[in-house]
Amino acid sequence: MLRPPGDNPRTPRHLISAADLTRDDAVLILDTAEEMARVADRPIKKLPTLRGRTVVNLFFEDSTRTRISFEAAAKRLSADVINFSAKGSSVSKGESLKDTALTLEAMGADAVVIRHGASGAPYRLATSGWIDSAVVNAGDGTHEHPTQALLDAFTMRRRLVGPDAGIGRDLEGRRITIVGDILHSRVARSNVHLLHTLGAHVTLVAPPTLVPVGVEQWPCDVSYRLDDVLPKSDAVMMLRVQRERMNAAYFPTEREYSRRYGLDGERMARMPEHSIVMHPGPMVRGMEITAEVADSDRCTAVEQVANGVSTRMAVLYLLLGGSETALPSASARTEENK
Amino acid sequence: MSKILIRGAKVLGGEPQDVLIDGETVAQTGTGIDGGDATVIEAAGQILLPGLVDLHTHLREPGREDSETVLTGTRAAAVGGFTAVHAMANTFPVADTAGVVEQVWRLGRESGYCDVQPVGAVTVGLEGKQLAELGAMHDSAAGVKVFSDDGKCVDDAVIMRRALEYVKAFDGVVAQHAQEPRLTEGAQMNEGVVSAELGLGGWPAVAEESIIARDVLLAAHVGSRVHICHLSTAGSVEIIRWAKSKGWNVTAEVTPHHLLLTDELVRTYNPVYKVNPPLRTEADVMALREALADGTIDCVATDHAPHPHEDKDCEWAAAAMGMVGLETALSVVQQTMVDTGLLDWAGVADRMSFRPAAIGRLEGHGRPVSAGEPANLTLVDPAYRGAVDPAGFASRSRNTPYEGRELPGRVTHTFLRGRATVVDGKLA
Repeated sequence: MLRPPGDNPRTPRHLISAADLTRDDAVLILDTAEEMARVADRPIKKLPTLRGRTVVNLFFEDSTRTRISFEAAAKRLSADVINFSAKGSSVSKGESLKDTALTLEAMGADAVVIRHGASGAPYRLATSGWIDSAVVNAGDGTHEHPTQALLDAFTMRRRLVGPDAGIGRDLEGRRITIVGDILHSRVARSNVHLLHTLGAHVTLVAPPTLVPVGVEQWPCDVSYRLDDVLPKSDAVMMLRVQRERMNAAYFPTEREYSRRYGLDGERMARMPEHSIVMHPGPMVRGMEITAEVADSDRCTAVEQVANGVSTRMAVLYLLLGGSETALPSASARTEENK
Repeated sequence: MSKILIRGAKVLGGEPQDVLIDGETVAQTGTGIDGGDATVIEAAGQILLPGLVDLHTHLREPGREDSETVLTGTRAAAVGGFTAVHAMANTFPVADTAGVVEQVWRLGRESGYCDVQPVGAVTVGLEGKQLAELGAMHDSAAGVKVFSDDGKCVDDAVIMRRALEYVKAFDGVVAQHAQEPRLTEGAQMNEGVVSAELGLGGWPAVAEESIIARDVLLAAHVGSRVHICHLSTAGSVEIIRWAKSKGWNVTAEVTPHHLLLTDELVRTYNPVYKVNPPLRTEADVMALREALADGTIDCVATDHAPHPHEDKDCEWAAAAMGMVGLETALSVVQQTMVDTGLLDWAGVADRMSFRPAAIGRLEGHGRPVSAGEPANLTLVDPAYRGAVDPAGFASRSRNTPYEGRELPGRVTHTFLRGRATVVDGKLA
């Protein structure tokens, strides 16, 4: 995504899939996010970098936390933010994605952050010639959620390598376990791509019903037994499991799922001392994670939210402000002195 | 009517011959024919085929005239070299009564470009619950012999059994759209490596194969014949091959797009590749080609499925399923079957004319090119190469997966009972 237009034939100057990022792209984003995180520690958290630029949050699905995160990121970069909530599918609304896109283009959007229930909608938006804006995928169907993967990787690097020691580094050799509804998870897909690119070793853990046919081609291992994997994990990422899944026979009961794949205090105790528990939220306490684990020091769920803003700032900055020099520290001072 | 002399064409790909058309019939074949005052078509290097017959066409009229009408659809058929098409029943209203099939049949006769043989629905409203009046549709002016709920599967085993039995009374055939509905809820593409990556709901091969397995067993049990629409998987081929080895009365078709395209194309999320059954894998494509070559699959059928632009100019999940196919079918078959050496032109005549006409019990089509036969003929220039340009389509819709793709061969002339419907590649 950081290559000039035309260099990356798939999606130049967009962020659609974590698979489009090279190792160097990803490390640059993480390094930039680290700089952005330091801004957040200042009394005045705002940078002038994207002043006069317009970022549209186009949300076809409800997702308050993701929208607010992008909104905070854009505002800290001084961009103008328009929130466009188009709940429900384009079909039920009557207006097509194309017409919505043309409307946003006419309003002068420089970037469109899109959350959509249909897999591939951001890709269509970026490649169909409907608009010229940069497109950021904020989650599409059961396809990808690349900024979530970036903020997860950022969180892992901070915790497992260190905020300063991590600069310029990837996640080489780290063992990451992702547990839960892999089949329906865009977070899992993006994480598998990105973590692999960053050199980590990924293991997916789920009942066989919640692993997609075709997963054998993914650059990761698959296990059906959580207890076998936990002692070898540097980070364990628990994914939300919707209770409705049991009605479609993905698993028999909530309790059975929880017994076999839920993370409780006893299981957490079998993880290595340094290892962390992650959750992209929203958590279903009592299902995939107990309150004891969720509220423990090893759980980074809240930290991930804070890191989400820094990471999204980095993405918007690199997509929209890439021609200027990065140096948020210098520009931050300018802002503070005014 | 006037006489037409086609000079020097390779009849079914054989030695060059002259073919004299007099009125509605082929008057004479041979070499050095003196046509007298006949209009002469110099056809050296071209292939003369019996007029193509499509067992599976969606003409959309009545109800969706914004995507296709009987007139525009039959014009597209003529351009593609077809002289007869079977119009599928999933119109609005559904072709489940004598009234609707007669209307479609009459519109076909009025069009004059291509014979239209309506297909009748198996069940009322394609709902799969109650048999439509199959006998009434057969006895109507439309003379329906092929029945199908295409677009939906007749998934109730009892309804399917009864339909298979019932149509024996008038030598009908049930054409099954094989899709187990529960296994394909929310299905968006072939289930496999690509769907796992793209996060699109999977349409597993087993959903097609399990229904085919059941239906060939049912057909054998009640001694009926069954036809399987748009075979798309290597596993389906194996089941059909097994059923035929038992001597059961089972036939099957394959679409041109399943002979050429794979689910790798879905990576573009471009809904022009969205079709039902979905594009499968390379291994499936190869198995289908082989099965068409060895006769396990009886015929090519287009599943021509026109859709308006807005139904494809959107996100994948919101898009309609289907592709237009009449105007590119023969070129795709040439590329995948003839140019690869799997099938000769006589084989093409068999799979695209003789056999589909025989399955549909269609009279006057799928006949040999010889004296006394109806002059339903298609002349093809196999040396032609050109990129597909949807803007030039005769169909009202443009949803082709081949836009810009170079395909071999071109229909230069089509004759419907001696009358040229296409001349030099253009509608007459």
